[in-house]
Amino acid sequence: MDFINSIDWMQLLRCFAVGGTLCIIGQILIDKTKLTPARILVAYVTTGVILGGLGIYKYLVDFAGSGATVPLTGFGYNLAKGTIEAVKQNGLIGAFTGGLKASAGGIAAAVFFGYIASLISKPKMKKQ
Amino acid sequence: MQKLGKQTIKFDHPPTIVDCATIVGPKESDGPLAKYFDKCLEDEMWGEKTWEKAESKIVKETANMVISKSGVPVDKIEYCFAGDLLNQCISSSFGLRDLNIPFFGIFGACSTFVEGLSLASILVENGINYVLTSASSHFCSSEKQFRFPLELGNQRPPTSQWTVTGCGATIIAKDGQGPFITSITSGKIIDMGIKDANNMGAAMAPAAHSTLVTHFKDTGRSPNYYDAILTGDLGHIGKEILIDLCKNSGYNINSVYNDCGVLIFDKEKQDTHSGGSGCGCCASVFSGYLFKQLKEKKLKRILLIATGALMNSMSSQQGESIPGIAHAISFEI
Amino acid sequence: MENPLNTQKEYQEYVNKKSPNSPTLKNCFNAFWVGGLICSLGQIIMDFCLYKGIDKEISGTIVSIILIGISAFLTGLNIFNKIGKFAGAGSLVPITGFANSIVAPSMEYKSEGYVMGVGSKMFTVAGPVLVYGISAAIIVGISYLLFNSPATLV
Repeated sequence: MDFINSIDWMQLLRCFAVGGTLCIIGQILIDKTKLTPARILVAYVTTGVILGGLGIYKYLVDFAGSGATVPLTGFGYNLAKGTIEAVKQNGLIGAFTGGLKASAGGIAAAVFFGYIASLISKPKMKKQ
Repeated sequence: MQKLGKQTIKFDHPPTIVDCATIVGPKESDGPLAKYFDKCLEDEMWGEKTWEKAESKIVKETANMVISKSGVPVDKIEYCFAGDLLNQCISSSFGLRDLNIPFFGIFGACSTFVEGLSLASILVENGINYVLTSASSHFCSSEKQFRFPLELGNQRPPTSQWTVTGCGATIIAKDGQGPFITSITSGKIIDMGIKDANNMGAAMAPAAHSTLVTHFKDTGRSPNYYDAILTGDLGHIGKEILIDLCKNSGYNINSVYNDCGVLIFDKEKQDTHSGGSGCGCCASVFSGYLFKQLKEKKLKRILLIATGALMNSMSSQQGESIPGIAHAISFEI
Repeated sequence: MENPLNTQKEYQEYVNKKSPNSPTLKNCFNAFWVGGLICSLGQIIMDFCLYKGIDKEISGTIVSIILIGISAFLTGLNIFNKIGKFAGAGSLVPITGFANSIVAPSMEYKSEGYVMGVGSKMFTVAGPVLVYGISAAIIVGISYLLFNSPATLV
């Protein structure tokens, strides 16, 4: 109960609005440019890395929290942020280690769950 | 046989279609033509382990079915022409490998069914007694090869078409009571520069138009010579385009024309966007529906124009446009 | 009407006019609320982790792993593609889309075996994301070195 009382509803609303808006941009790209899903995801990650590297995306994360980190731009931001922090600590070698270190959890989980799903589940025909 | 104009062959001794058989998947079985198909599957895997094996089994069982329906002994069948959409035509060659009949694997994308019938007719006109033809496609194996994994959460644009799961097989003979194959008009490759692999109807419509107009010119016929003119899988958008293109060339085909991809699914109820596609589309609509209409003399003259998009996923990625092809064949009884 | 088959350009323009557009307004609405909902779920998980006193960085990773797990689970149950068909970019753009793009091909290509099927085809859609994401991050790291602290460049 204490947890529910502690939720910042305004923060949640900002998260919803920013996350949803990032998805609208993706939808417009899909409908108007006929980009395939793979290209959309690549565009989002790369944009996130660039905006993260330029220090711009940080403001969106401060404003919207998960609304900015859950979309794939946030994955890119995380890569950039991790890289810069590692560079600050270790110099050049950090440029190669920081990004993957920061995003290791997500990548490893996706690979592992993907493997498990292929063991226990089969693709089915969409009915529509 | 006699050559008319540049692209048409008229048969002096028109080959007969002895019988047809067709097996379709569950979605086709929910469609408006369900009652005409010989066998409707409840499951697109049909007890097999992979989509490709399932498609081969559909080909095999359809061929067995048409052989037993026709009453022609297997050892009397001299040749077979078969094709599908999978790389190197594996559904057809794997499906028919136990048949022990000289085999020609053919590829004409979705025009394969009529390509096979055309080649079979030429053989039969030249002294061969019995030829088997088959064409098949499978929604799941096509999605896997040409598009995305089935479980990927993507949206289909409204111009996209739905690959038919199904196979149509026929037996063509030198002598018989009909329906007869009276002429074939084989199409040229036509490329109008369409690159959108989600708009096949638009890519193939110019080829269908070229073959149709050539057929009229070569034979001196007009649209009202036929009770029905059907294209293979132009879908709703391609159908509209072909009507426009023909009007431009001075042919009004409106009253007799339809498309197999439009007929096989209920666009609103089945959410198939622009309609059906694939080799199995016109193969199953002809073998199931049109053949019976001919047999019962409800339609006496049909022109079937199977359309194909001659591309693969690699050519799309390399930025190539989509060349189209269309082969026409006329049936009379 | 002019003959649209005169040139390829005229035909393309004619086809564009003839082809129906995607229902963008409806698609955007669905993408907005589904995408917003997924992000909000992430926010609630994040808040809960912080409430439990977990470190902020770790909490972020936990959010990613849970959302990826849910997405993989729904893909395995053959449900995610239905959500994706409805929501479009709403389920594609969040990390759930990335997870789905790994799980879907690994299920589909299981028939080609566990090494060359599952193992290699797993990355048909997501591979490019990693390639471009990681490469771009390395470039960002090197640029940061060059512009901010040339002295530390060993």
